[in-house]
Amino acid sequence: MSAPPAAWADTAPRGAVLLTSRIATFCLVELQRMRHDRSELVTRAIQPILWLVIFGKTFSRIKAIPTGQVPYLDYLAPGVIAQSALFIAIFYGIQIIWERDAGVLTKLLVTPTPRVALVAGKAFAAGIRAVTQAVVVLVVAALLGVGLTWNPLRLLAVVVVVVLGAAFFSCLSVTIAGVVLKRDRLMGIGQAVTMPLFFASNALYPVSIMPGWLRVISHANPLTYEVSALRALLLGLPTNLWLDFGVLTGSVVVGICAASALLGRLSR
Amino acid sequence: MPDAIAMSGVSYHFGEQVALSDVDLRVGEGECFGLLGPNGAGKTTAIRLLNTLLPLQDGDIQLFGLDVRRQAMAVRRRLGYVPQQLSIEGALTGRENVAWFARLFDVPRRDRRGRVDEVLEMVDLSDAADRLAATYSGGMVRRLELAQALVNRPALLVLDEPTVGLDPRARDSVWARVQDMQQQYGMTVLLTTHYMEEADELCDRIALMHRGTVRAAGTPQELKDGLGAGSSLEGVFRHYTGDSLTDTKGGLRDVRATRRLG
Ligand SMILES: Nc1ncnc2c1ncn2[C@@H]1O[C@H](COP(=O)(O)OP(=O)(O)OP(=O)(O)O)[C@@H](O)[C@H]1O
Ligand SMILES: [Mg+2]
Repeated sequence: MSAPPAAWADTAPRGAVLLTSRIATFCLVELQRMRHDRSELVTRAIQPILWLVIFGKTFSRIKAIPTGQVPYLDYLAPGVIAQSALFIAIFYGIQIIWERDAGVLTKLLVTPTPRVALVAGKAFAAGIRAVTQAVVVLVVAALLGVGLTWNPLRLLAVVVVVVLGAAFFSCLSVTIAGVVLKRDRLMGIGQAVTMPLFFASNALYPVSIMPGWLRVISHANPLTYEVSALRALLLGLPTNLWLDFGVLTGSVVVGICAASALLGRLSR
Repeated sequence: MPDAIAMSGVSYHFGEQVALSDVDLRVGEGECFGLLGPNGAGKTTAIRLLNTLLPLQDGDIQLFGLDVRRQAMAVRRRLGYVPQQLSIEGALTGRENVAWFARLFDVPRRDRRGRVDEVLEMVDLSDAADRLAATYSGGMVRRLELAQALVNRPALLVLDEPTVGLDPRARDSVWARVQDMQQQYGMTVLLTTHYMEEADELCDRIALMHRGTVRAAGTPQELKDGLGAGSSLEGVFRHYTGDSLTDTKGGLRDVRATRRLG
């Protein structure tokens, strides 16, 4: 013990450095949590595997969905990656209410962590978890014979897309948590939001076969842009990658702002 | 040198419920200050205002000359806080819990590991440090929280009923550690407790709160002397807060008032 209390307090990081440091901290903590509970990786893998094996295989056979030259299973795989990221991310609102009830959020809010940094930290932590899930789905898809890219640059871009998607949906979930404030209410609303988001996207079928009104909704749904980007990167399907990345990044920024504006409601 | 804590004219209400009204408090640097008062007196509310958890509605609070409204980040950097509620991340080990807070307080990387070990040692958790915190007993959780609160070497340590649920030996060791830190760094301590003997022994000064106001403040000796020779702090507490007659009267008056309205 040598330094006087808080001797370094005034040389502390600010702005972007602070934000990056907090995001790194929350991601690290997420990895530590995951390391202590590896069974979750397995249990969470079951659902996407079922989607690929049962839904994917069956619909490949009956050729009900027009996906052009691409086999339906291949077409579906990026959708399942986005879906499992969505399901993971939606859990973060419940987690933050749980942390509030357990008093941990209170202590986090008393650390020199601006609310934006706290929310961003959580959002990217969700991204980290979603990426581990995406790896599992990619491996399963490859085993099922899906012809994916192995180009490392494209895979890196896939990681970025998955992180952005999970970050946005975790912010959405935290925003809803900040509105409803109660865990059981959030569970209900979480379900009521997740499924429509999923079905009103191009995760399972192309936008072109949707009725007009659904097409409009799906164009306002960030999940659609996430799936399009994943299909383009993994399968080489056409899309406007700039638009996809732009929409995802913009959604994350808006999501972080909305969630951090409502975070105070959870601490009172 | 500015006071560690300077609260003036602080009021706070939750909707209709008044939690604090016109509270003035001054705590000097290096002091150990006790907030006493019955349940619902407003102790936790006062703490949550000065540690920036609640937005200040009325009045002013400065910590070390820093304004809690405008300089919240600088205030937080100087704070260690153990909330009333037990709170720990059970899915992490004890060490990871402390290291997490070391990072959130920007303890420099080169000092981090040493600092984490040091505070774990201090609260006697070195042996259990690599177990998941979910497996800790209540007393161990409390000590882990203290380690978290000390890892940034706070200038002001805020403890909201820190020794509830600790066995006497653990309680003694917690206070011994806190006093060590205080002497070594001149750390200021603000604590609440319902144990009068604890307050009497540890606190340099005490404020007695009741129904959102400070009823009396001073050194334990001053408060006891004020009541007459041979009084105990317990007696002082009763004198200022346990005045059940006025309480009932107030209650009745309220009831009558509402009746008249209805
Ligand atoms: N979140 C809240 N919403 C509404 N009222 C609240 C809230 N928190 C506290 N109060 C009210 O404010 C008053 C002061 O509460 P506070 O928690 O500050 O008391 P305390 O002195 O810490 O009591 P205790 O010894 O029980 O911890 C009480 O009347 C309480 O009912
Ligand atoms: Mg309290």
